[in-house]
Amino acid sequence: MISELDELYKQVILDHNKNPRNFGVLNNANSHAKGHNPLCGDQLDLYLIIEDGIIKDVKFNGSGCAISKASASIMTSLIKGKTIDEAKKLFDEFHNLVTSDPEAEIDTSELGKLEVFCGVREFPARIKCASLPWHTLAQAINENSQTELVSTEN
Amino acid sequence: MENLFIDITEKKIFDVEKIRKDFPILSRLVHGKKLVYFDNAATTQKPKQVIETIQNYYSNLNSNIHRGVHYLSEAATKEYECARKIIQNFINAKHLEEIIYTRGTTESINLVASSYGYSNFKEGDEILISAMEHHSNIVPWQIICQRTGAKLKVIPMNDNGEIIIEEFDKLLNEKTKFVSIVHVSNSLGTINPIKYIIDKAHRLDIPVLVDAAQSIQHLKIDVQDLDCDFLAFSGHKIYGPTGIGILYGKKKHLIEMPPYQGGGDMIMSVSFEKTIYNELPYKFEAGTPNIAGVIGLGVAIRYVNNIGIEVIEKYEKELLDYGSSLLSDMPELKIIGNAANKASVISFIIDNAHPHDVGTILDREGIAIRTGHHCTEPVMRRFNIPATSRASFSFYNTFEEIDVLAKSLKKVINLFN
Repeated sequence: MISELDELYKQVILDHNKNPRNFGVLNNANSHAKGHNPLCGDQLDLYLIIEDGIIKDVKFNGSGCAISKASASIMTSLIKGKTIDEAKKLFDEFHNLVTSDPEAEIDTSELGKLEVFCGVREFPARIKCASLPWHTLAQAINENSQTELVSTEN
Repeated sequence: MENLFIDITEKKIFDVEKIRKDFPILSRLVHGKKLVYFDNAATTQKPKQVIETIQNYYSNLNSNIHRGVHYLSEAATKEYECARKIIQNFINAKHLEEIIYTRGTTESINLVASSYGYSNFKEGDEILISAMEHHSNIVPWQIICQRTGAKLKVIPMNDNGEIIIEEFDKLLNEKTKFVSIVHVSNSLGTINPIKYIIDKAHRLDIPVLVDAAQSIQHLKIDVQDLDCDFLAFSGHKIYGPTGIGILYGKKKHLIEMPPYQGGGDMIMSVSFEKTIYNELPYKFEAGTPNIAGVIGLGVAIRYVNNIGIEVIEKYEKELLDYGSSLLSDMPELKIIGNAANKASVISFIIDNAHPHDVGTILDREGIAIRTGHHCTEPVMRRFNIPATSRASFSFYNTFEEIDVLAKSLKKVINLFN
């Protein structure tokens, strides 16, 4: 039987933690948001190039735990090339997943890469770690709020 | 005479298994594993003597103090004041009325900053704190500095997490109006040379507050010997209940200081024209206090006294040395805070593993540690790290529990490296 801990720290997450995709700074970004989780000190900078409603490029930078780093890495891979509306839909799917009842059955066929975050549901203290990049994204793609700090404690 | 000697010696024989039986929570399981409680710097567990006292208070004594002439009120008042005497003796305060009940260390410091600070600080004055203060010994002084125009000055520390004492000497000057210093750092374990700091400050007539939140449970404290002007600590870190703390203040300061809060119990008489404040310590104890908390704290301190604070200090030092040597043997692990003089706190970071991940993995092994910035963000910045993991030991911990910690840390290291 796979333990809850193995569910949380799946190989995919460990891999994204060690070799995060889209890690770095986009100097020509036209959208940027900062995320902060005061509980564990996670800091995240998200840079996007959005043209004609499409996320042309995205990078993230900062320091954080394995869960938040892997989440940012997977999220940036997923949203690159997507429209804003598609990104928002992914945000909703992610949000519904991590906040759902751990006992509830989930149709994993629809989730794709997000499936690795199923294990987070068992760890209430860690949901915020996984959500931080997504909330920072929501902030970045909302207009007129490019430099505001997103905090998981608000 | 011989019997008496044996009696005293027997009391001081340290039997950790016997002590553990006094703490009901230590026998519970967490995630199916035996609880290993290493978050003692955050709060300590309570012996059954304290738990039963609180239950007994609400079952048999509950009433308001200093008010009724009825039996219950008199009995509760007696217990409440008896605890003050226990605390006075514990820290060797000269006068009973120098012991003031507060909600905790934070409120004790706020009381001094607000009451003493507001009536004594002015523009251009300097308040001295250290680089390793808990937020609760930073923010109250910032608030009072903003109100009075005084400036906050910070004594720096070295890479081992020790105060640079020459810098302290240099920072002290005729503009310095107050020194507020932590005795033991909650995030590094450093024991600061407070006696030196107090002596040096007193040569310039500068009062000193000692934040004893992390020392009162580990070290013998004698406020007359230290000669500190104020001392603050919390009940819940010394095996007592939450929501009760102590401010010790020298009588000469407390008499001059204006009240911190107004309300019932802190007055002698009230009219709309003029109110006469109550005498010490009641002048600083407005409103119905945490009566059960006070009585519980008295029992907690009696419990610590029965083991003996020197015995506790010696055993906890052995735990610290054992833990430090096991953890130092792991090349992927780095201990943050290597002061020559330390209390039983080990902060550490692990290569490629964020403290938050460390905390989650240890939790599943039944081990409770603290992860994060420990309310000392400037300390984290000083060491250029976002957070640490922290294991803090109490006299009810065992060497075997430290073995469990070391084994689990090896698992973490393997997972992330």
